[in-house]
This record gives sequence, C-alpha cells and structure tokens, in this order.
Amino acid sequence: MAPDTKHLEVTLETQVESVNLAEEMCLRVAEAAGFGEDDCYRIGMSVREGVINAFHYGNQERPEKKIYLAVDLTSDKMIIHVLDEGTGFKLSDVPDPLAEENLLSTSGRGIFLMRAFMDEFDVVPGRNGGAEIVMSKKLPAPGSTSANGQGGQSTTPQQEA
Amino acid sequence: MALHATHRDAGDVMVVDFSGRITLGEGSALMRKTIRGLLEDQRTKILLNLADVDYIDSSGIGELVSGFTAVKNRAGDLKLLHLTKKVRDLLQITKLYTVFDVFSDEQTALRSFNS
Repeated sequence: MAPDTKHLEVTLETQVESVNLAEEMCLRVAEAAGFGEDDCYRIGMSVREGVINAFHYGNQERPEKKIYLAVDLTSDKMIIHVLDEGTGFKLSDVPDPLAEENLLSTSGRGIFLMRAFMDEFDVVPGRNGGAEIVMSKKLPAPGSTSANGQGGQSTTPQQEA
Repeated sequence: MALHATHRDAGDVMVVDFSGRITLGEGSALMRKTIRGLLEDQRTKILLNLADVDYIDSSGIGELVSGFTAVKNRAGDLKLLHLTKKVRDLLQITKLYTVFDVFSDEQTALRSFNS
C-alpha cells in the first residue's frame, strides 16, 4: 500500500442493517474526499449492492458469517473492497439482467449497477474462499464540477501506520 | 428515510402514494405487502405514485418487478407515476423503463387504465 493511502476497514454482521451502515460509512468517506452529490450517490449505491450481494448470495444470510468492508483512499481514487465468507463466484457466470429473458427477473441487478456506477469493478477470490468485490472511483479534480468542495469533514479515514 | 404508503381510490384504480426509500428490508417488504394486499382485495388496477421516492436499490427494483408480474398474472395493470430523476435513471439503465407504463400526469395515467 502506498504511504499516502488512507485505509479504513470494518467487520459487519450478516444482517440487513449492515447494508445501511456500510453505505453511510462510505458516503462519509466519499464526501470527505471531495466527491460531488452525484458521485456520492453512485458510490453509496454500489456499496449497498456489494454488501447486499455478500449478505444474500455470499453468506446466504447466515448470521454466523461476517462481511468485511475496506476502503482505501489513494491520491487519485477511492477503492472499496467487500469480502464475504461464501463459496465465491465468477463474473462470467452472472446472468445479464438486460437480456430479454431476464428483464422481469426479480433479482440479479446488483453487479450490473456496481459496474455501471463505478469506474473499475472486479470480483476476485477472497482470502477465505469467498468472493471479494473490488471497485473504485477516481477522485474528482480539485475545483471540478464533480467536486463538492466539502473535503476535510470530521469522518476522514485514519492514516494507516 | 423509511418508506411510507397511503392508498386512495380513484374510481376503479387504486393510487398508492409512496414516500421514502425502497430498499432491502422494510422498504421492499412494505411495497410487497401493499401490492399483495390490494390484490387480495381484488384491486388489480394499481397506480404507484413515486413522486416522493428519492432512492431505490436493486432490492426495490426487484420488488417493483415482482409486483408488476403479480398484477399482470391477475390480468391487471400496475403503472408508475411521477418518477424522480434517480428512479427514472435507474429504470432506464436497467431497461425497465420500457417494461412499465410511466406517466407524469395523474389524470392521463388514470384514463390509461380504461383505454
């Protein structure tokens, strides 16, 4: 990890409340990092979908399993990791929710939304056999229209030693 | 913000005014319960007013689709009214905007049920 990278991580219970908690936490980091309202919405939604994926598909809603959320703030982007304790999956196995036969499916849009809303998105094998979602968004250039000018709020991630 | 729902009769159409977030958990559950309850009461013409719904996630989208299918299976219609920009954008990128009948005027929406 680069020395100027700020790192924040939290272990979440496999419960519905963790979805809101993760979203709120990442929104505060994104706001502090200077992302504008639209980007904050996209980041918050992507975190929600990542944790919903871990809660429902990865951990099968089993309360004894954990969800690991980590945020890295580098000099140029915000990177979010969501790791579950499931059996993992391949992106190539995820059905396309835009295919005609899947349009009326009641699930399966989370991965699509994360891909649509973030600049980079991937799923890799987790350290414990589960799936690790890794997604990132480039930081807005200072003074750009996407920056909200509200950097330096109180919820700045901790600098890792 | 938690989801709230109120019903009002508009002839043979039931208008449901939702406000808040339709997300995993209570929001999605309330939407499911509301639509299923109307179907149990034989109300199969349903207009969902989403003017005050500012946020919906994939779980909420799934619940909308589930309600749409349940109503269609009863030979009814479920239509949408007054989408906020975020909800409209989500329905567009998921290609569901073409699946639902979406209106920006309530009287036009109500008339469409009998056309």
